[in-house]
Parts: sequence; C-alpha cells; structure tokens
Amino acid sequence: MRPENEARVFFTAVSENESFARLFAAGFFSQLDPTVSEITDIKTAVSEAVTNAIIHGYERREGMVELYCAYQERKVYIEVADQGRGIEDVAQAREPLYTSKPELERSGMGFTIMETFMENMRVESVVGEGTRVYMEKTLSEE
Amino acid sequence: MELRFTKRNQTLIAHISGEIDHHTSGELRLKIDRALEQISGKNIIFCFREVTFMDSSGIGMMIGRYKQIQSLGGRVAIACASPKVADIIALSGLGRLLPDYDELKAALAYVEGREAE
Ligand SMILES: Nc1ncnc2c1ncn2[C@@H]1O[C@H](COP(=O)(O)OP(=O)(O)OP(=O)(O)O)[C@@H](O)[C@H]1O
Ligand SMILES: [Mg+2]
Repeated sequence: MRPENEARVFFTAVSENESFARLFAAGFFSQLDPTVSEITDIKTAVSEAVTNAIIHGYERREGMVELYCAYQERKVYIEVADQGRGIEDVAQAREPLYTSKPELERSGMGFTIMETFMENMRVESVVGEGTRVYMEKTLSEE
Repeated sequence: MELRFTKRNQTLIAHISGEIDHHTSGELRLKIDRALEQISGKNIIFCFREVTFMDSSGIGMMIGRYKQIQSLGGRVAIACASPKVADIIALSGLGRLLPDYDELKAALAYVEGREAE
C-alpha cells in the first residue's frame, strides 16, 4: 500500500548537499505541522544518514544519494540510500562510538543519534553494492 | 555558518553562528586551529548562542580540538548550547570532557580554573 504522501530526490554525493537534504525533509514534513523539536530530530537524523552516504559510502568518489520521505497520518518514513562500498558488519557499525574513520575526526555517533532521534531504524547493506537506512517516527497529534 | 573570535587572556572564544555539519566543520576546524595558534591560546570556549543546527560532525570537531588543548595543558568548554545540541553532547559523552554551561561567564570561570560555585 502506498503512503498518502511521498517524495523522492536524488542528488550528487557532495557535502554542499547536506543542508539541501535537511531542508528537503523539513519542507516536506512541515505539511504535518510538527513541533520544532520533532523537525530538528528529523533534520538531524537525515543529516547523519546523508553524511554517512557521502563520507563512508562513496569516500569522495562520485555517486548519487537517494532521499525518500513519506507519511501516513502522523507516521513519518525516511530512507537514505547510496550505491557505495557497503558495510561489512552492521552490528559493529551501529555500536556507539564505533567509527572506521577516526583520522577524519568522526565520533562514531551517527547511528546512535539516528536511533535516539527517530523511533525505529533499520540498516540494509551489501558490501560492494551499497547501503539503505530506514527510519520511522510517529509525530505527536496536532 | 559564520565564525567570530574574541579572546580573553589565554582563552580563545569561538562564537559560531548557523549550522554545524560535515560541510561546515572543516572550515571551523581550520579557522579555530589557526586563531588558537595566532593568540598562543591555551583554552577554547565554543559559544553556541547562535548555532541553529549541529550533528555528529560538531562532536568530532570538538573532540579533535579537545585533544589538542589537552596536550597544551588547557581546558575546553561549551557555552549556551540549545536543548537539542545539549542532547547530542550528552549522548556522546562529550560533556564529561567539555562541560557545557548556560552562560559564557561560567564557561570562562571553568577554563580559567576559577570554578564557579
Ligand atoms: N552509508 C555507509 N556506507 C558505508 N559504511 C557506512 C555507511 N554508514 C555508516 N558506515 C560505517 O558505519 C560506521 C559508523 O557510522 P556512524 O555514523 O555511527 O559513525 P561515523 O560516521 O563514523 O562518525 P560520526 O557519525 O559520529 O561522524 C562508520 O564509521 C562506517 O564505517
Ligand atoms: Mg556518521
């Protein structure tokens, strides 16, 4: 079944597009009149997933990032996907403070922030094919 | 993102405004390191009063500066973080290394070793 409203965008995997991705999601979900706190949670989670696609998925190589936003009543769905290198060990990647790039001053908090700011998060990844992160959150009633 | 510096004794105060993400944190890192060197600073305060957004890139940037300051025997603190930024700081455990204060004055007292009451 299709959700009542959805939007999908593909953009070049460059850091300039991180703020674009946040604004795209915030603009789309503003139709649900979320609280300021809820919209910040969504922007932060999107920023984490998109940044991961750019830094880890493509590692400065060329590529496109996909951002999908949808809702059904008060339930928000977000997907962020890349066709980059993929994750070998997803359980390890999700551990707080785990990072494969400490030399880039990464803190290993991205997945933990997504989990905390959204209600559900699922990661599908195939080495050599790419990664797709699914997130859900139910907004408070208007 | 915009950045402005003030200085007090050996403390560099970085007044950041706008959004801190992977895209802007590289420039922040570079400018803060350069400013610290220019004033031969020993401590850093990140003033978040005008920060509208921060993700984990901000945490990494601050931990990097903290490690540097630690080798100089100095201190680092955060001032005026919004509740959401404070959540991210708490989640990462960063608050144990760089305490965050509601007021710049208290942050200054901490980095200068004049612990406020
Ligand atoms: N899209 C992706 N493609 C490949 N690897 C990924 C991807 N997303 C995450 N990873 C792997 O999972 C690890 C953990 O990701 P997480 O976002 O939690 O931390 P980080 O990005 O390393 O640091 P931070 O998000 O705090 O800056 C990464 O270091 C990387 O090895
Ligand atoms: Mg990350």
